[in-house]
Amino acid sequence: MKRHLPKFYLLAAVALCWVFALFEHSISPYYYQIIIYIGINIILASSLNIINGLAGQFSLGHAGFMAAGAYTSAVITSSLNISPETFISYPVFFISLISAGIVASLLGLIVGIPSLRLKGDYLAITTLGFGEIIRVIIQNLDCLGAARGFTGIAKLSDFFWVFGFVAVLIFLIHNLINSTYGKGFLAVRDDEVAAEAIGIDVTRYKVIAFVTGAFFAGIAGGLYAHFVTYINPSQFGFLRSFEIVVMVVVGGMGSVLGVIISAVLLTILPEALRAIAQYRMVIYALLLIIIMLLREGEFWGGKIDFRRILKKRPAQT
Amino acid sequence: MNQLLQQFINGISLGSIYALIALGYTMIYGILRFINFAHGDVFMIGAFVGFYLAPFISKTIGGSVILAGLMVMVAAMIICSLLGATIERIAYRPLRARPKLTVLITAIGVSLFLEYGGQLIFGPDPKLFPTLVPTTMVIDTKNLVIGSNSIVVIVTAIVLMLILRTIVFKTKMGTAMRAVSYNHKAAALMGINIDSVISFTFILGSSLAAAAALLYGSVYPSINPLMGIFPGLKAFIAAVLGGIGNIYGAALGGLIIGLTETFVTGYISPTYRDAISFAILILILLFKPSGIMGKFEAEKV
Repeated sequence: MKRHLPKFYLLAAVALCWVFALFEHSISPYYYQIIIYIGINIILASSLNIINGLAGQFSLGHAGFMAAGAYTSAVITSSLNISPETFISYPVFFISLISAGIVASLLGLIVGIPSLRLKGDYLAITTLGFGEIIRVIIQNLDCLGAARGFTGIAKLSDFFWVFGFVAVLIFLIHNLINSTYGKGFLAVRDDEVAAEAIGIDVTRYKVIAFVTGAFFAGIAGGLYAHFVTYINPSQFGFLRSFEIVVMVVVGGMGSVLGVIISAVLLTILPEALRAIAQYRMVIYALLLIIIMLLREGEFWGGKIDFRRILKKRPAQT
Repeated sequence: MNQLLQQFINGISLGSIYALIALGYTMIYGILRFINFAHGDVFMIGAFVGFYLAPFISKTIGGSVILAGLMVMVAAMIICSLLGATIERIAYRPLRARPKLTVLITAIGVSLFLEYGGQLIFGPDPKLFPTLVPTTMVIDTKNLVIGSNSIVVIVTAIVLMLILRTIVFKTKMGTAMRAVSYNHKAAALMGINIDSVISFTFILGSSLAAAAALLYGSVYPSINPLMGIFPGLKAFIAAVLGGIGNIYGAALGGLIIGLTETFVTGYISPTYRDAISFAILILILLFKPSGIMGKFEAEKV
């Protein structure tokens, strides 16, 4: 029984999503919107956590993957002229989301390849550059509405879809961490040279991290596009990427639960504190600095992180 | 032909601004081996210092525009160098022994803080940068227009780079900087105060960024708190292109990026302006990560 426990949780979570989805119309639209954004941000932050936290490859281009996914799925459902609440809309939406993920993960593959040669700062700037290039290309494609944006996307995302994918992603990350791959990621993150020396294929692990992370960012993009029904390139600028990075850093890079908590908090807080909404980014920035100065990222801590705190790292020379 | 010449002059003037910013990146990287993400925002602060000080200074001084322009530049350079040194002291110094990623995230935090703090203080709307030195047309024919401001930009940039060269290669502090960038430990053993050398590097880099900001403002007079992001990123790309850590390389890289960008804007499409620099970055990192003039560093275990 114990071996199947995560699978059981996954099924239960999806079922629960479906039950909650039945009541979604009784929630006020404003709260409903926040709840959906929470779900989307959990997917974005957790998927970035695979790249940044588990594999230790600092990526600043997550909004680019999200954009690719958003546009891919929007093009599919719009060209098939799917209207919501029809039976056919469900499989088509599912396929469009999966294709969104695939297109984004192909881009992740393209980004992952240079990352084999780069690390740290260079990788951060390169991924940021990739994100910007994706955005600029979309801005110049007239068939995608260029800078005017893509309108008339069917409103297909709902509670069930968003949190269904949240459940799947968490299930996947949970299994990933406890698998050989997860250990491989951690080895690559902690010391690339040592990992390579004991025979871990560093290249492969980095690419897998990018592809998996990008896949779910693409799905998050698709869910987002089918919730707001209007997307334009400026929604996917690098500030978006920074926001996702802040969620991961505040949650503690590599900590699954921490990142989920911080995604929830950082989505709710700006809404709850409307009065200080203008200070939001300043507060984010200060959070980043203070967390780094105080405790190197392990803010909430998790199973993995406690170990890292206890085991003092040697000072680098 | 005239259009080509026009683009060339514009490219050189934009490129020399990038070069000034790139020098700051490259010096800081040379010494600390990390990218000061906040450098572009120090540049932005420089522009706003100019914006607020210029009317005041030109009123007190009256008469000579050149003297007033110079005063504004010196003031902006002083204020930004203080800012740069403060950032280093508060945010980067405590993290010096920590992993690179920690410092990188902190730098992003500082950058976001300056950008959005700037939006709160200066307001998010674009402002018109005051003309420090009135623009006269040096050449003004039907299809070739060269304003005095491009000339001022190019000349000022050259003068500043020559001063920097003298500081880095002829003074005691410059020698110390080069020693620290070569090997922290050995430099410390030779009695060099590492902390003060690093502070000095930040002062030097930030003051160049401030000067670049004023030049930028005199060519593109619309300034806003987020204006530092793209020039900062492009200057960083210029530094990588030239070979990060190498000050001649930064100047060369700046010119190449400036020229490429103007030619792409002029002959292909202005919308690709921002993407082209990133494409250059990716290509250079893939094919020659050490840059044009940089030297290859093997990873030590």
